[in-house]
Amino acid sequence: MSDARNPVGRWITLPILASFAVFGTLPYWVEAVGLYQYLGLEIMVWVIFALGYNLLLGYGGLPSFGHGAFIGIGAYAFGVAQFHFIPNLWICLLAAIIITGLCGLAAALLVSRRRGIYFALMTIAIGQVFFFIASKWTSVTGGEDGLLNIQRLPVDFGLFSIDIQDTASLYYLAFALYAVVVVLLWRLVHSPFGRILGAIRQNEERVRFLGYNVFIYKAIAFILSTMVAGLAGGLFAMAQEGAYIQIMNLQWSGTVVLMTLIGGGLVSFWGPVFGVVLYFIARDILGAYTEAWLLWFGLMFMLLVMFKPEGLAGIWRDTVGGLVRRKPAAAPSPHPNQSPAE
Amino acid sequence: MALLEAHHIHKRFGDQVVLENITLAFEENRLNGIMGPNGAGKTTCFNVLTGRYKPDRGRIVFDGEDIGGLPPHKIARKGIARSFQLMNLFDQYTAIENITLALPEVRARGMSMMHDLSTDGETGDKAAGILARIGLAGKERVEARDLSYGERRALEIGVALAAAPRILFLDEPTAGLGAEATGSIAELIAEIRRDLTIVIIEHDMQFLFGLADKITVIHWGQVIAEGTPASLQEDEWVKRSSLGGLA
Repeated sequence: MSDARNPVGRWITLPILASFAVFGTLPYWVEAVGLYQYLGLEIMVWVIFALGYNLLLGYGGLPSFGHGAFIGIGAYAFGVAQFHFIPNLWICLLAAIIITGLCGLAAALLVSRRRGIYFALMTIAIGQVFFFIASKWTSVTGGEDGLLNIQRLPVDFGLFSIDIQDTASLYYLAFALYAVVVVLLWRLVHSPFGRILGAIRQNEERVRFLGYNVFIYKAIAFILSTMVAGLAGGLFAMAQEGAYIQIMNLQWSGTVVLMTLIGGGLVSFWGPVFGVVLYFIARDILGAYTEAWLLWFGLMFMLLVMFKPEGLAGIWRDTVGGLVRRKPAAAPSPHPNQSPAE
Repeated sequence: MALLEAHHIHKRFGDQVVLENITLAFEENRLNGIMGPNGAGKTTCFNVLTGRYKPDRGRIVFDGEDIGGLPPHKIARKGIARSFQLMNLFDQYTAIENITLALPEVRARGMSMMHDLSTDGETGDKAAGILARIGLAGKERVEARDLSYGERRALEIGVALAAAPRILFLDEPTAGLGAEATGSIAELIAEIRRDLTIVIIEHDMQFLFGLADKITVIHWGQVIAEGTPASLQEDEWVKRSSLGGLA
């Protein structure tokens, strides 16, 4: 595992490297296991989205049920920047992140004084507001038709550029951005900011009485989470070669919650990754047998909530933890700072 | 001059008056007790003084500055810390993490998103020192939820202490403790009182009378009596009330 005193270990850990190995080689083996390249791309985009979302749900204990709106805003912002400003990949992605972050800021100012069910209800309402704005502002979003023909812009490095028209190339762009996001989020949740966010989840009142401005922490977490959603939205727009209103509806907001919970986002940084992979594989494998695959997936979700609310990450932790406990315990660190959501 | 003064504080919830014209003064480096029957308004008084509730009327002055109506985090930053009647810890964090998050230097860089607390030896040493001071040496890695009740009570005080307060409010620090654990908490408070202003709400009269320099009696939201433990034992109202037997 990571050595907290090793500067590299603070940024890059074994689980991070393992995820790089799996996702970095995915285009080479995904077809060999009966799946297809675009599925890998979908997984990558949603993993980024869900990891950012888990900053709120898993670390801050802030259940946003309107987060689908923000991946949608990112997709629209990417398309609008491409059509009306400069068709440059980096500028369009930056526009997606910043515009989504600004929408996140507006939402955060409204919801960050709330918690629990009130927070959740307000995020639903805000998600619906953004949904209806997107559906009615047809001159910008294309309304029900969406924005069509969004291009997969070349990765421009100044001296040379890389074409990403094919899915495997776009996948590698998404993977590179995933690598950046996962390292930054990992560092973030282990920073003082992340630890305080975790403390807010456990006992918001106590944090306030220790002198922390809880509102600011919650608002920043919300904005950062929406910025990651904006990045995922930009990638999604390129993956789909369009931006559509459907992504902003309540169903997709619920889906990211489902993915995060089923994977074990409440107990693990990696929970959303497990959840996204399980969701898309279930969709394709169960979906090949029955149109009612969501029914079976929903039943699986219910069983997990009833018998293992920690999700797949909890099952993994218990299994691996059980094996580790059989070995002699290591000497305790004099300055432990273990996370409840490693 | 007192470190913290409350002048003519009123607080009501709906049509129920909970605090009525309360005036209090806590002098520096003294241990002050607040006692009174259940429902007298003691905890509400704490909550008003520490910012949980805004007073409807009256002034609260801390070190010459009016702090009435400020939010809790601003009051805490001025050097006012508190513990809670119902324990308020970060249950999923270890004992040392509970202490670490309360340290002012950690609060000062709370917005740091790249720093790593686990590599900060100075912070770790300071937190470990506070744990040792409250009798929890060796429990650094134990999650707060796995500590015994008495240890959690001590940690609750440790968290408040870690904030380096100038005045510390302790709301029933011995609630639910047996005689031995109560004795340990009394020893701990006796140790920390040397360089700190402390205000304690307590039902255990023996505990309070053994520690306090001054005691204020609150009943029906009003200050009924005030003085040293010795003078209170002679107070006519206290003698007549159910508190007289305890005193």
